Amino acid sequence: MPQNNYEYFLLMPQIIIAVGIVLSVLIEITTKKSEQILPWFSIAMFFGTAFYSVFNINQNFVLFSGMIEVGGKPAIFNFIFNIGAALVVLSSIDYLKKYGTYYGEYYILIQSSVLGMMVMSGAKDILMIFMGLELMSICFYVLAGINRKKLSANEASMKYFLLGAFATGFIVYGIALLYGATGTTSIQNLVENFVTYSSNIIFVLGFVFFLIGFSFKIAAVPFHMWVPDVYQGSATTVTSLMSTTGKAAAFSVLIIVLTAVFTFNAPNVFRPYFATISALSMLFGSIVAISQTNLKRMLAYSSISHAGYMAIGLAAGNMFSVAGIIFYLAAYAFMNIGAFTIISIVEGEDDSRTDFDSFSGLNDKSPVLAATMALFMFALAGIPPLAGFFGKYYVFIAAIQSKLTWLAILGVLSSVISVYFYIRVVVVMYFREASEDFKINISPYSLIAVVIAAFFILVFGILPDTLMNVILSALP
Amino acid sequence: MILDYIPIFLVIIVSIIFGAVVIFSSTLFGPQRPTKIKLMPYESGKNPVGTTHERISIKYYLVTMMFIIFDIEVVYVYPWAVEFKKLFGEHGIFAFIPMLIFLVVLELGFLYLYAKGGLKWD
Repeated sequence: MPQNNYEYFLLMPQIIIAVGIVLSVLIEITTKKSEQILPWFSIAMFFGTAFYSVFNINQNFVLFSGMIEVGGKPAIFNFIFNIGAALVVLSSIDYLKKYGTYYGEYYILIQSSVLGMMVMSGAKDILMIFMGLELMSICFYVLAGINRKKLSANEASMKYFLLGAFATGFIVYGIALLYGATGTTSIQNLVENFVTYSSNIIFVLGFVFFLIGFSFKIAAVPFHMWVPDVYQGSATTVTSLMSTTGKAAAFSVLIIVLTAVFTFNAPNVFRPYFATISALSMLFGSIVAISQTNLKRMLAYSSISHAGYMAIGLAAGNMFSVAGIIFYLAAYAFMNIGAFTIISIVEGEDDSRTDFDSFSGLNDKSPVLAATMALFMFALAGIPPLAGFFGKYYVFIAAIQSKLTWLAILGVLSSVISVYFYIRVVVVMYFREASEDFKINISPYSLIAVVIAAFFILVFGILPDTLMNVILSALP
Repeated sequence: MILDYIPIFLVIIVSIIFGAVVIFSSTLFGPQRPTKIKLMPYESGKNPVGTTHERISIKYYLVTMMFIIFDIEVVYVYPWAVEFKKLFGEHGIFAFIPMLIFLVVLELGFLYLYAKGGLKWD
């Protein structure tokens, strides 16, 4: 519409990605060399969008008659999604060559899933959330099985699709009940009248269904059954995308729908729910990860426990906890993408060499990989001065502010348990003899991705205020 | 009265002549290389001699995917076309451009299917 031309201009990040998807499809159709062009095109697009979002963080508007928000909090999420996706694409270039499973759709699907996440993080209407969620999830179902000659990848894709569709059913039913109780799908209305609505049993029921669906997407106990198989079966680079940006997108939605609780000090009627799932996820993830022998599976369980730590922030329900969750998500994205990228470098064909044994003596084979892997493991365990520590710190402080000290204590206990299996990787890499004899071909692109991730972890760990001030200034 | 119908008679005559010219000119000028398959009775691509209980793969999923592309197109274009006059009055050319973009993006899916060899039947 002519009077709204400026709105299209403000929506630039989403439009860049959308136009990029169309161009990528055209490139894939017209040239045989798409394998050389598409990754660099995607990376340029992702970096462009990420920095455009960060530089326009103060342009906070709600566009298209209350449908989508730009600037502010969505801009920070856009930064996380785009940088994460750029690093994943960078690490995929040689990984796909190693497997010989290049399909042009791979990069196009990553771009589409990022567009879905960006729609989710900016949504101001429940139907926008649903649309973004479907765009993201369907791309992930396909990406999980992108290595279609491998049985475990097919299994992962099938399991993820069936369970994901089931969870989406919960979400749609929740949306239907919310609409029935409120008569509108506008989140603005939901936020303003949250206190009135929360005495309505249909509203609360619909909201709980909605939360259950998204608890599945963030991989929290007891909705975690799909996580280990899917994360282990899919290609390693795809796992790093699903476990970081996908989780961040789901958390962004939870933060949006619970805005009332965070800003107006409305009674947090869902606190028992979040406290329960976060306590269960933290302890379950940390304890079960101890007995794993496969690194990808171990990181899957660690992903469950990290979802638990972040859910503490949702249970705490104040503005500082939102900032803590966003900080945690940013830190977690870099830690996890770094760790999975190193696994993808060490990994051989046919899913071999992802066990602990394959990492033994890694320091003799490649000191750089061992050192960065140790850095990521320390960061995931939450050891200062790395970014993972401050993520946990902010979330625990927010919990104590909201008088949830018992939850913070459980969180600390669970991180102590988790130190065991993270440090075990370091012990294996440095103090064991190499048990398998193989040569590691370090791909330069993957190494760049690892170095960028390590750089961000160090910056956010040593100077946490840089990111925290940006996040706090973006929140209302 | 009857003179008003002369254009219709003209159309009928022209179409008969056109049809006859096209058919006979192809037999007159076209190359004649009859083969066994060409001379067979036409049976929708099936072999007319032999068992009639043959199985043919219809590739349902491909047909369905193509159908979805055009189905979605109709769902969106139909209401737009019905209201187009009103929309054009209010928004001018901006009533037209968004639908054009939508159609281009939609047909890109069909183009992709074609370029990837989705229409090669065997």
